[in-house]
Amino acid sequence: MAETPMVNLTIEGLAVQVAAGTTILEAAKTAGVLIPHYCYHPSLPVAGVCRMCLVEVEKAPKLLPSCATTVAEGQVVHVYSEQALEARKGVLELLLINHPLDCPICDQSGECELQDYTFAEGRQDSRYREPKRFDPVEDFGGDVMYVGNRCILCTRCVRFMEDVHKDPVIEVQDRGDRARIGKAPDNDLTQAWAANVVDLCPVGALLSKDFLNKARAWELDRTASVCNGCSQGCNIVVETRDNVIMRYKPRANDDVNKHFMCDEGRLNYAWLNRPDRITWPQAAGAVTGWEGALASAATALKGKKAYVVVNPSLSNETLYALKQLIAKSGGAGYFSVVQGPEAPLPGVADLAVRADRAANATGAELLGFTRSASPLAKLTASDVLVLVDVQLSDADKAAAAKAAAVVVIGTALPQEIAGAAAVLPMTNYVEEDGTFTNLRGRVQRYLQAKATTGAARPAWYILSDLLSALGEKSEYFTASAAFDALAKAEPAFAGLSYDTLGLRGATIQGAQVTA
Amino acid sequence: MGYPHKSHPRETPVLSKHFGDPDAISLDGWKKRGGYKALEQALNMEPSAIVDIVKASGLRGRGGAGFPTGVKWSFMRPGDGKPHYLCCNADESEPGTFKDREIMRWTPHALIEGCAVGAYAIGAETAYIYIRGEFTEPIQRMEAALKEAYAAGILGNNAMGTGKRVDVYVHKGAGAYICGEETALMNSLEGKRGNPRIKPPFPAVSGLFGQPTTINNVETLAAVPHILNNGAEWYKAMCLGSPKSTGSKLFSVCGNISKPGNYEITMGFPFKDFLYDLCGGPTQGRKFKAVIPGGCSVPIQTMEEAEATLMDYEGFVAQGTMLGSGGVIVFDDAQSIPRQMARLARFYAHESCAQCTQCREGTAWTTKIMERIVAGQGTFEDLDTLLELADNMTGKTICVLSDSCATVVTSGLQKFRHEFEALITGRRSSTVPMAVA
Amino acid sequence: MSGHTDAPYEPVFVGKRRAELDELLTRYPTKQAALLPALWIVQEERGWLPEAGMTEVAAVLGLTAAYVKGVVTFYTMYKQHPTGTHFIQVCTTSPCLCAGADKVVDAFLEHTGCKELGLTSPDGKYTVIEVECLGACGFATPVQINLDYVENVTPEKVPTILAGLK
Repeated sequence: MAETPMVNLTIEGLAVQVAAGTTILEAAKTAGVLIPHYCYHPSLPVAGVCRMCLVEVEKAPKLLPSCATTVAEGQVVHVYSEQALEARKGVLELLLINHPLDCPICDQSGECELQDYTFAEGRQDSRYREPKRFDPVEDFGGDVMYVGNRCILCTRCVRFMEDVHKDPVIEVQDRGDRARIGKAPDNDLTQAWAANVVDLCPVGALLSKDFLNKARAWELDRTASVCNGCSQGCNIVVETRDNVIMRYKPRANDDVNKHFMCDEGRLNYAWLNRPDRITWPQAAGAVTGWEGALASAATALKGKKAYVVVNPSLSNETLYALKQLIAKSGGAGYFSVVQGPEAPLPGVADLAVRADRAANATGAELLGFTRSASPLAKLTASDVLVLVDVQLSDADKAAAAKAAAVVVIGTALPQEIAGAAAVLPMTNYVEEDGTFTNLRGRVQRYLQAKATTGAARPAWYILSDLLSALGEKSEYFTASAAFDALAKAEPAFAGLSYDTLGLRGATIQGAQVTA
Repeated sequence: MGYPHKSHPRETPVLSKHFGDPDAISLDGWKKRGGYKALEQALNMEPSAIVDIVKASGLRGRGGAGFPTGVKWSFMRPGDGKPHYLCCNADESEPGTFKDREIMRWTPHALIEGCAVGAYAIGAETAYIYIRGEFTEPIQRMEAALKEAYAAGILGNNAMGTGKRVDVYVHKGAGAYICGEETALMNSLEGKRGNPRIKPPFPAVSGLFGQPTTINNVETLAAVPHILNNGAEWYKAMCLGSPKSTGSKLFSVCGNISKPGNYEITMGFPFKDFLYDLCGGPTQGRKFKAVIPGGCSVPIQTMEEAEATLMDYEGFVAQGTMLGSGGVIVFDDAQSIPRQMARLARFYAHESCAQCTQCREGTAWTTKIMERIVAGQGTFEDLDTLLELADNMTGKTICVLSDSCATVVTSGLQKFRHEFEALITGRRSSTVPMAVA
Repeated sequence: MSGHTDAPYEPVFVGKRRAELDELLTRYPTKQAALLPALWIVQEERGWLPEAGMTEVAAVLGLTAAYVKGVVTFYTMYKQHPTGTHFIQVCTTSPCLCAGADKVVDAFLEHTGCKELGLTSPDGKYTVIEVECLGACGFATPVQINLDYVENVTPEKVPTILAGLK
C-alpha cells in the first residue's frame, strides 16, 4: 500500500502535519484547536450546512467551511480571526432567533452545544423583534422525542438514519424556516440503534424519553465503562447521580463502536439499581462476617472437586481466580449464554448487537470454561457446586440438589439456594474495576461507577481470599494486580496490563481482529 | 421576432426568429427552417472539434453565471469509461425571466438539437431537460417534439443513422426555485430534495448520479446549432461592447413598461435605447424609477446607472450590477421600492432550501423586518440590522440564494434609503400608490 | 377528487400506470430518480398526494415513506391536501405585484367565495393560493388554473375567467 502523503499547514499559528485528504476541522483537532461546529460529526458523512465551522484561510476569497475543506500544503488557517468570529456570531444569533430559550426546562442544558458556543462566542443580546415560530413536541417512537422548537436542522439525525442505519425513517420536511425533522406515520424510531440520534443531536431537540426530566447534566458523575449487554463490548459512559445509574451513553472508540451503542444496551441498566441484593456474607443460612463465611466456604471445598458455574459476564480477573480454584481442586467450569437476535448497524463494519447476550464469553472460553446449554449436566454428588452470579433454570435447579455442597458468590440470592454452605456477596460490574474480552478478543477495562451495597466485594477479591484460605498463595488487592497475575499466567493475555489497555482496550495474542 | 410583439428593426433575431410562428413547432416545419443540419454535421465530427468551435465563438452561459460554454465542455473527458450526462437547465424560475419558456414553446426542436449536439460534444449519451413543473405547455411541446425526433431516428440508439446513441428526456420539476441551481437540479433529478451540494466536487468530476456532468441553460444550448451552422466567427462578430461578450442574447422585460416581452439583441446594445426605443419606455404619464436588469438576484440600478449601461456581461458589471439571467424588471415612479424589496425577500424566504443557517433563518428574518417597515412599524435600528444581517448572509453559504436576498436588501437600501426612511418616519405609506397596470 | 377521509386507498401503480412507471424507470440508472415522475402520476390520478400515496410510491421505488414525504414537502406543486376542482394559483412575485397581482388575488377570493387563501370554496369548486414566480412575468399577472396558464389577468377579467371554467 502506498503511503499517504503528508501535508503541512498552519492553524492558529501552530504548525500542523496531517495526512492529505484530512479536513481542516480534523487537522485543527490534532493541534488542540476545536473549531465550533454543529452539523459535522466524525462518524457521519459531511453535510456542511450549519456553516458554524467557517474559518479564514489566507488567500481564499471567502470564509471556508472547515468540515468540508481538505488541507493544502502551506495553508494558513485562522479560527479566531475577526471575520471568522463575526461569521460564527452571526450563525449563533440566527440559530437563536426562533429558539425558545427554555434552557431551564431542557434536558440538554449543561451539555448543549448551542448553549456552550453561544456562551463562548455569541452575542449578549438578540436583535430579533418578531414573533417566534412554534412547533409542537412530537413522539418519534422508540426512546426518542422531538422538540422542534429547539431544532437547528443540522441533519445529524437524518444522516445517521440514512447513511449509518440505512433506514431513512426521518427526513427534513418542508423548506425555508418552516423546515423541521419529520417522520411518516408508520415510521417510528424503533430500529435497534435508533436512539443514537439523541446523542448525535447537539441541542435539546431529540431527547431520550427514558431520561426525560430525570436529571440535570451537571449533576451526573461520569465513568468510563463497557456495556455488558452482548459480546460486542461497546465502550460506554455510566452516568450516575447520588449512587444511582441514570443513563448509559456511548463512548467513542473507532475500533469497536465508533460513537454508537444499541438501544437494548442503552436501556439495560435498571437492574443494576435493584435493591434486593445479597448484602451480608452468610454461612449455612446465618449472617456472619466475611471471615466466618469464607471459612465455611473453604471447609466445604476442602478436598472436593469445585464444579464452577459462571455468568459469562464476569470479569477476566474473576474468571482467572476461578480457573485457579478449578485447577487446584481438579474440578471443571461451565457457563451458558443467553441468546438473542443479531442486529447489525449496517453503516459500520463489524458492529452489531451480538447473539451472545453476555460481555465475556470469549474470556470465559479462553480461561478454560466450557459453554453448555445445560451447565449443571455433569455435576456429580461428590462435587461442590460453586455458583458465581448465575440464575438457574428449572432443570438446573433439580440438578443442583445433587451437589455435596453449594457455595454461592452473587449479587442476588437465588431463592432455591437457601441451604448453601456459604453465600458471599459480590459487587456488580458498575461497582468494581475489571476487564471483559469481547468477541474479537479485545480486552477492555471498565471502571467503578458507584459504591456497592452492604459488604459486597469484587468477586476476584473474594476468590483471592478463598484461595488463600485453601492454602494457595493468592494475594492481590487491586483489580490491576489481579489482571497482572492473569497476564503473567495466560499466554493469550501476555504483555497486557491496565496501563497498556488504557480506556480503549487492546487485542489479545492471536485474536481474529475483525470478522 | 420579439415575442409577443413584432420584432423591432434593431433586434437581432436568432433564437427568437420563429417565436410566434406555429409552423416552426413541428419537426417538418423545423427542418424546413434548417433544423438538424447542425446535429448531422456534429455527429460526424470529433467531439473535441465541436468544443473548439464553441470555445472560439465566445458563447457564455445564459443562465446567470456567464461561464464560457466551450471551456465548461472541455472539463469533460470523453472516453474516460464513465457514463457522462448533460443536463439542460429549463427550471427558469428567476423572477423577471421568461425567455426559455418561449424557446421551448415555439422552437422545441432547436433545444433538442442543441441538447443532442451538446451531449455528443461532452461524451454523454443521455441528456435530461429539467423543466420546472409549472411549465405545462412547454413540457407538452417538448415531449411532443421528442416523440417526433425519436420517430424520425434523430435520437435513440442510432442517432441520425450514425450508430451513435443520443437519448434526450424531459424531467419535470415540481415547484422549487432552487432547482435552477445546478447541483440542486442534479439532486432533484436523482429523486431527492433539491438541496444544493457542496462544491468541490464539481459536476464535471462528480455530478448527476456521481458521474461527470455538464449543466447548460436552455438559451445556451439553443444557440449551439446556430454557431455550428454559421461558424464561430459569425457568432463572435455579434458584439457591440466588450469582446468578452459575444452573440445574441434574449432579454425578458417586465414590470412597469409599455411593451413587456422578449427581445433579442446583440451583446453590448445600449440599455437606454433598449428600454425607451425597443420596449416603448414607461407607460403613459409615468417615469422610470429603477431597474433590476438580470433577474431579481442582481443589484437594482437607478435610472442614471441603467441608462449608462451597455447590455453585456461586462457592461452591467461596470454599472454596479450583473447581466444575470437577462430578466429586466422595471419599476416606475408609482412603485414603492421598499414594498417591492420586501416582496422579493419573501420570495427568497419561501424558496430557501433550509440547509444553511444564514439562508434558512436570515431570509425569513429579513422578510419579517422588511414587511414590518412597509407596514409603517419600522425603526432606524431595523435598517442597521438589515444591513448587518445581509452581510452575514453574503459569501457564507453553500449556494448564492442567501447572497441574492442580501443583494436585494443592500442595493435597495443603498440606492433608495430615503424611501425606507420615509416609511419609518411616517411621511408616506408604501401601500397606497400603485402602478396603473 | 378524494376527500380528507379514510377511504381505503386504491393502488395507483397497476395496469397502464404501472407500465408508464416501468418505462420511466428505463430512463434513469437508479430507481430513486423516478421519484418525482412517480409522485406526479399519483397526483394526476388522485388529485393530491395522500399519505397512503406516498407510502405506495415508497414501496414501488424501494424508499421509506418518511423520505418520500421529505421530498413531497420540498416541492410546492405536490398537494398535501385536496383542493377545489379548480386550483387557482396567482403569481404575486415582484414583477406581477407591479402589475397589481394583489388585486387579482382579491378578485379571485371574492368571486370564488373562497374568502381566504388556501381554503376551498363552500361549493368545493375553487381553491385560491398565491404562488411565487410562474416565469411569465411579461404577461402579468399570470394565473395557473390546475395545469393551464391564463395570462395578462386583471381583476376585471376574473368573473369571465371563472365563468369559462367547466
